[in-house]
Amino acid sequence: MKDAEPRLRGLLVQGLEGDAVAYKAFLRDLASHLRGFLRRRLQRIPDEVEDLVQETLLAVHNQRHTYDRNQPLTAWVHAIAKYKLIDYLRRRSGREDVTETLDEELEVFASVDNEAADARRDVVKLLAGLPEKQRVAIVCMKLEGLSVIETAARTGMSESAVKVYVHRGMKALALMIGSAEP
Amino acid sequence: MRTDELVDLLAKGEVAVDPGASLRRASVAFAGAVVVSAVLMVWQLGVLPVLGEYLREPMFWVKAGFAVVLSVAAIAAALRLARPGAKLGAVAAALAAPFVALWLLAAFSLLRAAPAERGSLLFGETWAECPFYITLLAAPVFVGALWAMKGFAPTRLRLAGAAAGLAAGATGAAVYSLHCPELAAPFLGTWYVIGVLIPTAAGALIGPRVLRW
Repeated sequence: MKDAEPRLRGLLVQGLEGDAVAYKAFLRDLASHLRGFLRRRLQRIPDEVEDLVQETLLAVHNQRHTYDRNQPLTAWVHAIAKYKLIDYLRRRSGREDVTETLDEELEVFASVDNEAADARRDVVKLLAGLPEKQRVAIVCMKLEGLSVIETAARTGMSESAVKVYVHRGMKALALMIGSAEP
Repeated sequence: MRTDELVDLLAKGEVAVDPGASLRRASVAFAGAVVVSAVLMVWQLGVLPVLGEYLREPMFWVKAGFAVVLSVAAIAAALRLARPGAKLGAVAAALAAPFVALWLLAAFSLLRAAPAERGSLLFGETWAECPFYITLLAAPVFVGALWAMKGFAPTRLRLAGAAAGLAAGATGAAVYSLHCPELAAPFLGTWYVIGVLIPTAAGALIGPRVLRW
């Protein structure tokens, strides 16, 4: 897996510049790595691995603007995965003092697991709980695949408003997926 | 929902991001907060009437320099802590340097002074109000810095909150230095440091709650 870092980084950088195909390949690969990484750490709760894979993917997506291209991708992904894992374990145990010693950053790309189970929570169902404008903007762009211009024309929002509502809606979904009961 | 479906959803539509947007937003918030703090100082406290003469005093520049250098180092630290996986590295040394320099100067000044003078070097005339006013002037910057931090994705929330608080405290101290009549290093090394550390501690305290994402 030595070449995971340059390959994934290349795909992400293309994605950040607007290449949706590269971005999708990045997310799909990343999902396999995250699944391998998390499955080893959640051995006692295997049913919940896929939930956390999805929660972490959503976090990576929402925070992709914080990736500095001069920074190793491994360190960035590891920090997000660790943050979401600890957050998850805290919520699960109801305690604040959960810590995980995950200091080896290389670990996050060290394994691949392509056997995806179904997550217990459904992001699409959670959409119903969003404010109207955020929900409509996400449905148009992310489910129906309309462009910003088409979404703006259909909903009567401005193009910049569409972008803002999609961004806010995705962040709200990330918070909801963390607190929702399966 | 299958993870494949989520990936499809995330990669659909516009995936490009503007990498500089958060930094621009943070700069505007921080600059705006500094202006509010300066207006608060001029309006409530007033600029030191003898500031013109003070500009020729080396100790005035030590005082303002301590605050400005610390503020710049704290902003650099906060910007690193704002991104997942970024390391503090040499910035940690830059954070310590202004404190060490000021304390060395304070120790030297106390050793050299006659014992009877030491009390006034340490307490000056305004020790009781100094930390309070620094904290007050830091407050707008504190709010601006934490809001700016929320535009990024800090993963060590207590440290990130402390760095934002330190940046606010040091900036508050820099603004206060234009009102403050004190010039003795022992005074600065005590009361300015306390004033700077109050917002820092506040940031560490509330960071885990307000910066969560």
